[in-house]
Amino acid sequence: MSIGTLSRKPMIMRILDDRVAKSVLGIIIVSAFLIPILNLWVPESSPLHVPSYLVALFGKYMTYALLALSVDLVWGYCGILSLGHGAFFALGGYAIGMHMMRQIGDRGVYGNPELPDFMVFLNWQELPWYWYGFDNFGFAVLMAIVVPGLLAFIFGWFAFRSRVTGVYLSIITQAMTYALLLAFFRNDMGFGGNNGLTDFKDILGFSLQTDGMRASLFFLSSVAVVGGYLICRMIVDSRLGRVLVAIRDSESRARFLGYRVEYFKLFVFTVSAILAGVAGALYVPQVGIINPSEFAPANSIEIVIWVALGGRGTLIGPIIGAIAVNYGKTYFTGAFPEAWLFMLGGLFITATLFLPKGIVGTKSIIDAFERNRLKLAKFLRPYDYVEGGDGR
Amino acid sequence: MNASQAVNSILYLDGVSVSFDGFKALNNLSLYVNEGELRAIIGPNGAGKTTMMDVITGKTRPDSGQVIFNGDVDLTQLDEAAIANLGIGRKFQKPTVFENQTVFDNLELALAGNRRPHESLFFKLQSEQMDRINETLISTSLSEHQGRIAGDLSHGQKQWLEIGMLLMQEPDLLLVDEPAAGMTDEETENTARLLKDIAKTRSVVVVEHDMEFIKALDCRVNVLHEGSVLAEGSLEKVQANEQVIEVYLGR
Repeated sequence: MSIGTLSRKPMIMRILDDRVAKSVLGIIIVSAFLIPILNLWVPESSPLHVPSYLVALFGKYMTYALLALSVDLVWGYCGILSLGHGAFFALGGYAIGMHMMRQIGDRGVYGNPELPDFMVFLNWQELPWYWYGFDNFGFAVLMAIVVPGLLAFIFGWFAFRSRVTGVYLSIITQAMTYALLLAFFRNDMGFGGNNGLTDFKDILGFSLQTDGMRASLFFLSSVAVVGGYLICRMIVDSRLGRVLVAIRDSESRARFLGYRVEYFKLFVFTVSAILAGVAGALYVPQVGIINPSEFAPANSIEIVIWVALGGRGTLIGPIIGAIAVNYGKTYFTGAFPEAWLFMLGGLFITATLFLPKGIVGTKSIIDAFERNRLKLAKFLRPYDYVEGGDGR
Repeated sequence: MNASQAVNSILYLDGVSVSFDGFKALNNLSLYVNEGELRAIIGPNGAGKTTMMDVITGKTRPDSGQVIFNGDVDLTQLDEAAIANLGIGRKFQKPTVFENQTVFDNLELALAGNRRPHESLFFKLQSEQMDRINETLISTSLSEHQGRIAGDLSHGQKQWLEIGMLLMQEPDLLLVDEPAAGMTDEETENTARLLKDIAKTRSVVVVEHDMEFIKALDCRVNVLHEGSVLAEGSLEKVQANEQVIEVYLGR
């Protein structure tokens, strides 16, 4: 009798019912295997060979896709428009960057086995305490999760308990990432200042400069996107997800039903920050550098554009949006470097005005258009529609 | 004051005052509602009806006075969620449902119990809970609409859905703000019947403008004016009250 229970199918069935999600995830899973094979085992002379630079590029896009997913979880489903998610991404990147700095050992320019080059340059005598433990890969990975998660938790604890919402919350998330940008710029913070961390050599004993490493990082990033999607999907399909949407649409109604809105926001914000941190940790080994510019407020705003263009509140849309916009960026910054920022701005305006539900939601826009056309037709020629019209 | 009144009543307000920028929205308001009672609150615009609801449900902290629920719980110390979980449900003046979710999901969200994030992540609907939702669907005449998106319902259906959500909370006390606003005569009549039905097992406080509706409720009435109670009694009695006629009915 009940539609409500019928629609509560297992997650895997729901994904298989969702044509767009099924196709996009399918493509990601297939290419996670196919691209490394075509890069590593198909000879360069073959037309099927995928060049290494593309593998690295796709790997980078995958980390952006995961980042976009994390923003969609909070913005699309709980209405928290974070304009500071770049900070969580950067912190995850710094954590893994610190590990790779330690792995350089005495192979740096100054050959100091104890200290990274930039510390030798600054005349530091010993390693600051907060660098302890980063020699260990497991610890660094843990920190890539814990540090963004903890920052989001503390930030959220104060912001959500004080009931800061809407545009005010967005502004303080911008302030947060900007404050971190300024802090990380300072040499005496001990994170390499302006130059950040770079000159990485290897990870887990494998050189970063090999095709095998690039392919592995691409593979891992693709797996992370699929894994991230499944985690987000599990959350939004559960009762918790329905509470999040309830909070997004009517926060006070949710409160008067007895939900502690701040706990739900805190939960989802923290999970989202962790996903962003993981994305950053996968990004840095692929691009070989992390510096404070990753904290730039504009970066965080760009993520929101990917999500809006792809389709807010759809999870799969932001993955498409992140890949599409960054592919465009790669192409256009090469072809028309001056025009890119205008195009990005134009994209955001277009998405807001004409594709309010993004690329993934476009189908329903066509439906809406069709419906309006039918209404118009009825208005113009009412006699054709007297009998048996279903009204919509 | 009478301690016995505080003990026997489900809701007891004593000397409650609230002011906003010097304007006294509630001025030494005292009133009590007995357990299992249906009570109507009327009054002109700005009489403090909605502010009173805000104070009871924890949205607004009073400057002075006390609000006692069930004889011993001081509501002025608690927030909205805690008060809701104590068993006070509130219906807003403008029907407020979760517009993007189905009627069924709206009722399920309101289901009593389970308000923590980690519990709700792994929540599975039990068959008793399913039965309760179905019961509420029937009592609010929404069974046929359970799969519809709440935003597509008519105004009256949304009002009913919100009342249904209140019922799912299993509250001891329901605060209902203008349930008949924007309803047809027939819907108004049905709503009065529904509320009277609910009042058989729970206490209900209704804030309303519509006199026909109050008449249909056939219950004790408080007239609020300038933040305090002007008159109390049956509808006939308060309608005959000179002061009431002057401030409210006479206009």
